[in-house]
Amino acid sequence: MSALSCDTLLESRARRRADADEDSPENFSEATTPRPAWAAESPLLQAEHVTRLFGPEQGCQDVSFTLYPGEVLGLAGESGSGKSTLLAALSGRLLPEAGHVRYHDGKDWLDVHAVGESRRRTLLRTEWGFVEQNPRDGLRMSVSAGANIGERLMAQGARHYGKLRQAALDWLRHVEIEPARIDDTPGSFSGGMRQRLQIARNLVSFPRLVFMDEPTGGLDVSVQARILDLLRNLVRELKLSVVLVTHDLAVARLLADRLMVMRRSRIVEAGLTDQILDDPQHPYTQLLVSSILKV
Amino acid sequence: MDAILKVSGIGKRFVLHQAQSAVLTVLESISFALFPGECLVLSGHSGAGKSTLMRILYGNYLASRGSIRIRHGGEWLEMAGAEPRQTLALRRHTIGYVSQFLRVIPRVTALDVVMEPALLRGCARKTAQSKAEALLTRLNIPERLWHLAPGTFSGGEQQRINIARGFIAPWPLLLVDEPTASLDETNRQVVLDLIAEAKAADSAIIGIFHDRSAREAIASRFLNLESARAHTGGESFHAA
Ligand SMILES: Nc1ncnc2c1ncn2[C@@H]1O[C@H](COP(=O)(O)OP(=O)(O)OP(=O)(O)O)[C@@H](O)[C@H]1O
Ligand SMILES: Nc1ncnc2c1ncn2[C@@H]1O[C@H](COP(=O)(O)OP(=O)(O)OP(=O)(O)O)[C@@H](O)[C@H]1O
Ligand SMILES: [Mg+2]
Ligand SMILES: [Mg+2]
Repeated sequence: MSALSCDTLLESRARRRADADEDSPENFSEATTPRPAWAAESPLLQAEHVTRLFGPEQGCQDVSFTLYPGEVLGLAGESGSGKSTLLAALSGRLLPEAGHVRYHDGKDWLDVHAVGESRRRTLLRTEWGFVEQNPRDGLRMSVSAGANIGERLMAQGARHYGKLRQAALDWLRHVEIEPARIDDTPGSFSGGMRQRLQIARNLVSFPRLVFMDEPTGGLDVSVQARILDLLRNLVRELKLSVVLVTHDLAVARLLADRLMVMRRSRIVEAGLTDQILDDPQHPYTQLLVSSILKV
Repeated sequence: MDAILKVSGIGKRFVLHQAQSAVLTVLESISFALFPGECLVLSGHSGAGKSTLMRILYGNYLASRGSIRIRHGGEWLEMAGAEPRQTLALRRHTIGYVSQFLRVIPRVTALDVVMEPALLRGCARKTAQSKAEALLTRLNIPERLWHLAPGTFSGGEQQRINIARGFIAPWPLLLVDEPTASLDETNRQVVLDLIAEAKAADSAIIGIFHDRSAREAIASRFLNLESARAHTGGESFHAA
């Protein structure tokens, strides 16, 4: 998938469907059931004993996990448990005092904290995305919606004005923003629209790995449902790998394949999302699950 | 033919940390093997652990002990201690599950709910859609409901959406938890036919049916969870 092309999501969808047409399995003979994918696939991101503490149990400590392509990993836990700190350490924004984070760029393993500022910035603009909790932090508020979406493509060398504009129009449609708003600045958008614009701005370059910090926090429930639906579809269509911070277990249930539960800077339980929510083992997870009505 | 599933010594205890760490022992040492084309019916009183065993087989609950090996893509996979992505791959290709209640997702239409497992297995959209429509028609879901999200559907309609979803793909192993519970006689018979067809196509099926005649029509074998427990010297629930 060339990040340089202004390939639309619909085209990439159509391509995937055409692929699927060739091998649609009508029965389950062993010839058609694929060999287990985990036999061959290389991980995308690997965290080893990642630690960054601002005080006793404030921050994150001894966090290890492996993320595979196409996986959505949820990070849940109470306020102050260290979710945002961990996300910052994983994405290279914050230097851990111990441990490593490695990213596989398709060819080699890179140490996220040792690659140097310029390589890391390139990663953040091309193969990675970062959706901030507050869209103000992730958007350029002074330029138009279209320019916000086009920025990553331009950073990657796209110059053709017509194509940039077309990509922006396509992505406004994907995130259900009226294309006529393309020349408006985000300042004139509602909170939900800003969040959808931030999502478009990040996904336009088809990143492989996206970090999200409470992407639906602070929004009305009805607006939340729309964004969750959007994210759920995009994650699948684009086969994105995501590390998603949320304190909302219903959001985790909807979007995350796997869940890690954080408490006081440590991961207390990790596993398949529905298993963690329906059969929690750790006392803290049981408390967390039982204190909400129904997820 | 080789077995599809080998369960040995499965036990399940719930430790309720919110209730003075009370221990609830629900299953003790369940063992069985299952072959393609068979239907194993789980029996036992309410609370005996039938749904619990089914959820363990689907990876939704963790077994406290024992081994579950399942044949997946020509290899045996141990579910105890499997990684999430291994369990997800099993669910995509090998194990289907019709839970007792549909989990409704806002804004997702009935047709999309039903098609989803087929799409996740790599089935083409056109094919998936025509299969979904055929199943919905067969289960007497009026066409005007197909493009609505099932949140507002009646209990029986939701259950039939769930059943259509479960039968859209040819699963090597299919788990069905009370699929006929809130259905009228016509739809109940459709579900029994679907199960019989899956069996004939060499799916292995594990089912829970409250309705005796359904049980008898469908079962190749029974597994009684109370006697299974009694047999291995266990006792009923106790709190520690
Ligand atoms: N730059 C910093 N300097 C000092 N302390 C910090 C810093 N960043 C975070 N902390 C502290 O580390 C702890 C974890 O903060 P973090 O922001 O990671 O929590 P969180 O799990 O994201 O919480 P929330 O759900 O409220 O966003 C908190 O006690 C916080 O005060
Ligand atoms: N997640 C859970 N946490 C704690 N206890 C549980 C959990 N799930 C089930 N149980 C308990 O395990 C026991 C067996 O429940 P299960 O649902 O398996 O029974 P069942 O045989 O399917 O009954 P029924 O015929 O009524 O559906 C019950 O006492 C139930 O309360
Ligand atoms: Mg935070
Ligand atoms: Mg039950």
